[in-house]
Amino acid sequence: MAQVEAADAQLLDALRAGDERAFAALVREYHSSLVRVARIYVSTLASAEEVAQETWVGVLNGLDRFEGRSSLRTWIFRILTNIAKTRAQRDGRTLPFSALQDPGRVPEAAVDADRFLDPEHPRWPGHWAIKPEAWPEDALLAAETRERIAEAIEALPASQRAVITLRDVEGWDGAEVCNALGLTETNQRVLLHRARSKVRGALESYLQEDET
Amino acid sequence: MTQDLEQLSCRELVELVTDYLEGALSDEERARFEAHIGLCGGCRVYLEQMRQTIEQLGHLPEDALSPDAERELLEAFRGWRSA
Repeated sequence: MAQVEAADAQLLDALRAGDERAFAALVREYHSSLVRVARIYVSTLASAEEVAQETWVGVLNGLDRFEGRSSLRTWIFRILTNIAKTRAQRDGRTLPFSALQDPGRVPEAAVDADRFLDPEHPRWPGHWAIKPEAWPEDALLAAETRERIAEAIEALPASQRAVITLRDVEGWDGAEVCNALGLTETNQRVLLHRARSKVRGALESYLQEDET
Repeated sequence: MTQDLEQLSCRELVELVTDYLEGALSDEERARFEAHIGLCGGCRVYLEQMRQTIEQLGHLPEDALSPDAERELLEAFRGWRSA
């Protein structure tokens, strides 16, 4: 942790001194993440790009006042989410999360019920009727598989897409995600579970159809 | 052995995978989960697939910053520096 802060401090010094290469490196490191996270709040990729651009302007404007109480990364994303939320409101796009404070109300199965034996089955109640088969490693790692994953994420309801994007694609921790999206820990986990389960299901369909 | 399996069905287990991976199960629930996994090949594969899914989610390709966008940002930086 102290090491991370030292790296931040060094970077801040370089940025404040006007080191263009330091800024270019920072932009390259975060820009696509900024666009991806902005995309959670605004409706088009073009808007998300604009939000990311605006974020960089916000970063430059705030640089001299930034006191380093949070990490540089956290600070940058806080600027981004503020800009993205304002923009979503202005565009009349209501945030999809507020309505989903209780995702547990409508049950969703992680795996289709017909994959399991009947819960009243005399010998193996609720056990696999059709077991999952281990995935072939080379197919799993293929570029096309990643495209399928991206498609599966796109197909998710907005709240699930938001959580899985931040947690698994961007690697945020649970507390950061709860904070950014205004979710309780439990609801965050429910949304994450549903999202991951569906992406796994999509991968399974794809990888199995590939095998035959 | 069958008794352990009876305590948690496969259908129930798949709903606990995220809580398990997040460390959100109680000690007792975790013990039941792991007892089932130890005995059930299908659920072992399922858990592994969830782990593989998460791993792959972390390796999605990033959209590269367009040269135009980068130029604009660097211009903004120069403008900020000279302000």
